[in-house]
Amino acid sequence: MTVEEVKLQVKANGGHGGRDQFPVGMRVLAVDDDPTCLKVLESLLLRCQYHVTTTGQAATALKLLREKKDQFDLVISDVHMPDMDGFKLLELVGLEMDLPVIMLSANGETQTVMKGITHGACDYLLKPVRIEQLRTIWQHVVRRRSCDAKNNGNDNDNDNAGKKVQSMNAEGENGGANRNKRTSRKGRDDNGDDGDDSDENSNENGDSSSQKKQRVVWSVELHRKFVAAVNQLGIDKAVPKKILDLMNVENITRENVASHLQKYRLYLKRLSADASRQANLTAAFGGRNPAYINMGLEAFKHYNAYGRYRPVPTTNHSQSNNLLSRMNSPSAFGMHGLLPSQPLQIGHTQNNLSTSLGNVGGLNNSNLIAHMSLQDSSKCFPTGPSGNSFANISNGRPLAPANNMPLQSLEPSNQQHLGRMHSSSADPFNSFVSESTQLLDLGRCNTTWPTAVSSNIQELGQKDSMSQATLRVNGPKIEPLSSFTSPSSQIPLLGNEMQSQVASLASNALPMPFSQEAVSFTYGSSTNSREMLNNNLALSNSGINTSLPNLRIDNSVVPRKTLDGGNSGVVVPPLHDGRIEQQAVSNQLNYNNELMGTSRLQRGLSGGLDDIVVDMFRLDRTDDGAPFIDGDWELV
Amino acid sequence: MQDANLRYPEIGISEVSLTFGGKIGYLDEQFCQVEDLQDEASPNFAEEVVTLFFKDSARLMSNIELALEKYPKDFNRWDAYMQQLKGSCSSIGASRMKCEFMSFRDYCGQGNVEGCMRSFQKVKREHTVLRQKLETYFQLLRQAGPAGAATRPVM
Repeated sequence: MTVEEVKLQVKANGGHGGRDQFPVGMRVLAVDDDPTCLKVLESLLLRCQYHVTTTGQAATALKLLREKKDQFDLVISDVHMPDMDGFKLLELVGLEMDLPVIMLSANGETQTVMKGITHGACDYLLKPVRIEQLRTIWQHVVRRRSCDAKNNGNDNDNDNAGKKVQSMNAEGENGGANRNKRTSRKGRDDNGDDGDDSDENSNENGDSSSQKKQRVVWSVELHRKFVAAVNQLGIDKAVPKKILDLMNVENITRENVASHLQKYRLYLKRLSADASRQANLTAAFGGRNPAYINMGLEAFKHYNAYGRYRPVPTTNHSQSNNLLSRMNSPSAFGMHGLLPSQPLQIGHTQNNLSTSLGNVGGLNNSNLIAHMSLQDSSKCFPTGPSGNSFANISNGRPLAPANNMPLQSLEPSNQQHLGRMHSSSADPFNSFVSESTQLLDLGRCNTTWPTAVSSNIQELGQKDSMSQATLRVNGPKIEPLSSFTSPSSQIPLLGNEMQSQVASLASNALPMPFSQEAVSFTYGSSTNSREMLNNNLALSNSGINTSLPNLRIDNSVVPRKTLDGGNSGVVVPPLHDGRIEQQAVSNQLNYNNELMGTSRLQRGLSGGLDDIVVDMFRLDRTDDGAPFIDGDWELV
Repeated sequence: MQDANLRYPEIGISEVSLTFGGKIGYLDEQFCQVEDLQDEASPNFAEEVVTLFFKDSARLMSNIELALEKYPKDFNRWDAYMQQLKGSCSSIGASRMKCEFMSFRDYCGQGNVEGCMRSFQKVKREHTVLRQKLETYFQLLRQAGPAGAATRPVM
């Protein structure tokens, strides 16, 4: 769609004088708690001949946007605001209104900017803003409208089913049924149709801001009903039609719901990725919250149904010691209606484990953890990667002889991965472990490891046990896991939570594929605790690398650097379809390999952890497997 | 900034910057941009913004001062507050203050409490000096009237 067409469209929507000469008259909502900045910004925008509304509070901004739907074209928001985090506002606006949002901040650090972009900002400006920069912000509005127009045009002109399928495929969703339904209803041109279509077709940022159709504003109440309906149906089964029926609200169409569902899934996916990464991280470091795992599994289950994964950058967590406490917080484990309270950030490598752990804490607050529920992961995927990594690590290190076991039992497919990891395992593992002195409660693992190593190998072979094993590591929360495990009860995983997360992720995704993939998951092979530990570490490491979305990408995507100290996230993002997971797993494993390979993990390591790890492995020799079976043991 | 200093000889920005040996003027080009936004519709825009800035920044600085005292070694909090102030300062082009923020941030990163305190005191001093200079500046502008504005170099 050309700019001309956009202008005509704008004009057709009417109601706004001066819109004929778009971008003149473009309606901007500026949000900034700093009155000086806001005043200057307002003036600059007016100078550009935009129509400006300002507010110093995010809550007011949301209210304005919700009440006056279709009255704004663009939102500019500061990042640091007292009443609400700018990123949160960004997400909400994207989710509810599909408007382009530009972030504004005096902080130009890469991490912060990355966070903005991954949360869906279409641009990020640094203060002080120059008028030249503001003169071109209308491009974001045009871009969105073009996407919408293009999508709409295609749908109208071509065979609906064909187009829809295409757009759906682009999304990579696995909700074929949903899409088909939408296709059949394509004929409608009323509310939300265009938007919905474009939503499907556009990427995360390309939401429709078309003014042609009446936009449904997803108020808090409406969204709550939506979430309730989705929960009731179950993520996997939540199709727009049923959701709409359950919601029982007038004036919304199935298309509105479908569009919203799509965004919601993306959102959850990101949260889950963050959660999983954090969980893995925590787990790797001896997370203390078995409950975490449970939550992760549950959350994970929800991920399956969701589509495209959106990478979330890790937040810059400064607190290093809060991870565990956060993880332990009850709120972390509750399902908060699937509505993440905070965006999870997996993203960048953290310079120290504590930061990444901090992320986990953040995860707790979000509802992602809920998604990570292991309960649903009857398929055992998770142990795979950990197992492999573990095996590798153990092999690489002069640890207990038991190390060799896992490797041997690994399936051929796994071996490949193992081989990869193997090379890098030795030191990275140690350094990785040592880094998290506070997190990794190796002491506890000692007792469990030996048992796990010896007895679980066979048991781990099974998928169920795998997932369980990972879960067990975390102790109490492991219980749900135990339901999975068959014989081996529980494999003590060093990074319980991580493993659980991974397991849950894996299991939810595609248990089968994974085993084939054998990246690090050793289904039938020796899933000793070490392997799982390795896997966890690997996974967590990979997590750091904002690799959530990358999971589908080559392993090479994972930069080694991110592994440094960061380990911000266990990137076991819930993959929405099996194939992705497989890749993710392998990616993660690769990531792990890289992680292991780098010696930078040793940064901040204390020698003590190394000793503990070594001890842990040594204990493997003497294990008898008993403790793990019930999975009562508790890390940390 | 060179131009800004030359532009506002009345308030002696250039003198001051020379005196202090720094190459950074009290105000940078952002201030010019703010002044440029002044037009018939808002003839006193610059002064309004500056007044708003000093009012808001005084509040922020007292928050920081409180935080420095009440939350010892809470570098994250301190840094967050300073970031807020930094945002404000950059909006009106208070360049010397902006520089000091970077020092403060470094000290926070190092965990250097003494350094943070010293740096903050510097920010306070710069803030006071800038306020005086701008007050003088606007006074002169008012006295000069339309003629005064006309004699200023066109941006």
